[in-house]
Amino acid sequence: MAKDELMNYEKALEQFEVVIGLEVHIELNTKTKMFCGCRNEFGDEPNTNVCPICIALPGALPAVNRKAVESSIAIGLALGCDIAPNGRFARKNYFYPDLAKNFQTSQYDEPIAFNGSLEVEIPSGAVHVIDIERAHMEEDAGKLTHIGGSTGRIQGAEYSLVDYNRAGVPLVEIVTRPVFGAGSEAPELAAAYVRSIREIVKGLGVSDAKMERGNVRCDANVSLRPHGQEKLGTRTETKNVNSLRSIERAVRYEIQRQAAILAKGGSIIQETRHWHEDKGATSSGRPKSDADDYRYFPEPDLVPVQPSKELIESIRATLPEKPADRRKRLQNDWGFAELEFRDVVNADLLDVIEETVAAGAKPQSARKWWSGELARAANNEDKDVADLAITPIQVAELASLVEAGKLNDRLAREVLTYVLAGEGNPAEIVSARGLEVVSDDGALIAAIDAALAKQPDVLDAIREGRMQAAGAVIGAVMQAMKGSADAGRVRELLIEKANA
Amino acid sequence: MSDLIRKNASELVELLNNGNVSSVEVTQAHLDRSAAVDGAVHSYLYQNPETALATAANIDRRRAAGEKLHLLAGLPIAVKDNLTTTDAPTTSGSKILEGWVPPYDATVVSKLREAGMPILGKTNLDEFAMGSSTEFSAYGASHNPWDLDRIPGGSGGGSSSVVASFQAPLAIGSDTGGSIRFPASVTGTVGIKPTYGAVSRYGLIALASSLDQIGPVSRNVLDSALLQDVIAGHDPHDSTSLPESLGSMAEAARKLDVKGMRVGVIKELMGEGFQPGVMARFNESLNLLQQAGAEIVEVSCPNFEYAIAAYYLILPAEASSNLAKFDSVRFGLRVAPEGNPTIERVMAATREAGFGPEVKRRIILGTYALSSGSYEKYYGAALKVRTLIQRDFDAAFAKADVLVSPTAPTTAFKLGEKLDDPLAMYLNDIATIPANLAGIPGMSIPNGLAEEDGLPVGIQILAPAREDARLYQVGGALEKMHEEIWGKRMIDFAPELEVRG
Repeated sequence: MAKDELMNYEKALEQFEVVIGLEVHIELNTKTKMFCGCRNEFGDEPNTNVCPICIALPGALPAVNRKAVESSIAIGLALGCDIAPNGRFARKNYFYPDLAKNFQTSQYDEPIAFNGSLEVEIPSGAVHVIDIERAHMEEDAGKLTHIGGSTGRIQGAEYSLVDYNRAGVPLVEIVTRPVFGAGSEAPELAAAYVRSIREIVKGLGVSDAKMERGNVRCDANVSLRPHGQEKLGTRTETKNVNSLRSIERAVRYEIQRQAAILAKGGSIIQETRHWHEDKGATSSGRPKSDADDYRYFPEPDLVPVQPSKELIESIRATLPEKPADRRKRLQNDWGFAELEFRDVVNADLLDVIEETVAAGAKPQSARKWWSGELARAANNEDKDVADLAITPIQVAELASLVEAGKLNDRLAREVLTYVLAGEGNPAEIVSARGLEVVSDDGALIAAIDAALAKQPDVLDAIREGRMQAAGAVIGAVMQAMKGSADAGRVRELLIEKANA
Repeated sequence: MSDLIRKNASELVELLNNGNVSSVEVTQAHLDRSAAVDGAVHSYLYQNPETALATAANIDRRRAAGEKLHLLAGLPIAVKDNLTTTDAPTTSGSKILEGWVPPYDATVVSKLREAGMPILGKTNLDEFAMGSSTEFSAYGASHNPWDLDRIPGGSGGGSSSVVASFQAPLAIGSDTGGSIRFPASVTGTVGIKPTYGAVSRYGLIALASSLDQIGPVSRNVLDSALLQDVIAGHDPHDSTSLPESLGSMAEAARKLDVKGMRVGVIKELMGEGFQPGVMARFNESLNLLQQAGAEIVEVSCPNFEYAIAAYYLILPAEASSNLAKFDSVRFGLRVAPEGNPTIERVMAATREAGFGPEVKRRIILGTYALSSGSYEKYYGAALKVRTLIQRDFDAAFAKADVLVSPTAPTTAFKLGEKLDDPLAMYLNDIATIPANLAGIPGMSIPNGLAEEDGLPVGIQILAPAREDARLYQVGGALEKMHEEIWGKRMIDFAPELEVRG
């Protein structure tokens, strides 16, 4: 992969205006596939959830999954879209071995939902309104595994394996209109938009919304134009951006790459680019131009989807609160400061904190654990915090052990590592490993006396009100008792002793 | 020749139900007939006597045990080879599917099995039903039992000739632009394309999804009615199948009454280009209908002029997409190209070797018609014509209860005669195509012999969508008048085939 020349980010933004456009694919979590009765299940044995329809045997015909239509309408409504009274499917024709029929059944000029918008808040606190052009229904392709090449790509592979379990899984593709005016925050806006979409589909219960499983996939379009120019620049479409962090990085990379080319008088090739998380760079995929000819035409095997007004209204009536409203409510309920709350949102911790609080933890301690220790663990493991091997219920249990004085901070952190290692629930680990804090006064007093013997001046200092002097003794006690002392109790006993 | 094989299906049904004859006897008689004549006619691409006889024996046993069976139980039938069958290869007349045994039955095939009808075999067709003569079958043409040097019509020439040569009392066909009705017309048999959606297409290897419809083939109107009553009905596997029942066709076929019916004659489907013998017989039938109390009215369908042009854009467009799945990845033929076998090269080599010339012609045509820059000019324009033709029918049916025309401009032509002239071949379907474009039902019944060549001609009856019963009512009545005049069925005029020992 040739190394791209990149322009300094600030310099790029001085010279160019950034325009982005986002296409987000949502995999629906319906029980069955879009056009057949096969199970829609991630991770099953390859080619076990298949039938004549989804592997496109001659003679087979599709039939639309009603639940998938309802989920699509729900997504459309949550994005403030109009719902088409007569939504037709269309065939998108192209040959590829993961596409059994060699056409994708999708929607073209009659999407089920169109003309919506979404308010998105970015880390700086600025709120952008993203216009949604459309949300349409389509089916996923199978999964190819290329064997024998060094890159895992089809080029250079000896042969490829196809798993059609995913073929025909229902997708909703949400397409924005071009997004202007985010300036240097365009990368953050792109990520924040996808985060909002994830929140919405999760809240609707229509998708598992796990990015690492490909439940939510984002293609990021980026183009640059000189400030003041009306005409849009040539765009690239970056695929394979599988996390919020990658979206931000990929958009930023494309801005810097394109700026370097344009500044030298070069021109951008309209193409698909692939994001490489490891290299932190995009590479050229296949050229994509408006001449790409998918020969769309109305799908003759399916009658149009005609949702009744009653159906649409009944779905509208069950919509959960909007993400912005939910945030306001949670911030209010939890009593977090503006900055604390924004950090929580940006770190994508709303759901886990909400669940932890629901399991009995205090909001602040839930926040402390998730944005502190657990965020660090996730970062070390390079995964989303929600995907750590710990549940909100376990975090709440840990918090309650600390609350009850059975664990101090240090011990709690230790317990946490064992939970993450799969040893069980916090209470089990505490008893199995004997990690409970020592608050037996006898043992503590003995340790305090031993420490005071080496630092006889401390009691006087405390009496004179210099409380910081107590720290040395508390530290010594902790050390002597290998961290299992209840520091609060040690402090109390020390003060009692001084004032005795 | 066993006289069982010459009987109408309705007669065999009676014999079977009364216990006068067993299903094994009826089935065996037809299998024997195939052994004697199919070497010359070549109606079948595949037969498995054992499975047919096993089904027959099972029905006989159940009948003997006093079980309540379907009316048509035990009556054998032939099935066009573009319907999937789990116990027989399904090729659609193409090399690309040679030897492919589907893992599922077409809905229509399931219905035949549920009714207890032994399947005698799979009948020949033009490759993927693209043709009017069966000459485009990758497995050789079928022959017209009236004159073995002539075509039996297409694409369903296997199903028409199998019934016309007494190898089966009934057959299943499919009709995209006339593939049931044109073969019926040139072989002196009956063929019906039901209303689009009346019969499930699930398991029918698609030619053009918006035009294809499965229907019955027989020697007699009532026989086809009995069969349509077996195969029709809603199917959740086919979204385009009609939710409602269209009623009993057999009942309609038994009415034998056209008094007070308005019969519309389509001005644009007669005269120039139609063989004199075809027109003479057609006009005689109009007189018969009038004598029977029908009112003859003339209707005009000015947009029929563009029907063939529109059809040959819509059909190839849909077909080019439907046939994309034949890529060697999951089933069927796989051809390794010379040199480095990339997926694109394997797909290309397979399609190059597996598809015949007419299929390639239509894939190219359809791909072009859908491509950007051509879409509006060709496919889009064709869709507009389709709407105009539907309006022509609406206007015509405001004046008439049924419409009639000759089924085809000519009698059966010689094998090879039009093979190098696709446009001449396409013109055979001039009268049948409009019904497919509009989704309405159409029937062809025998209409006598043309004096100039002594070959069968057909008359086509059309009705508004969902009014299939009218076809059977008018067809049944006209057939009865014909047989009274002729003194026998039209098929009884057919020459005896030479029987191989």
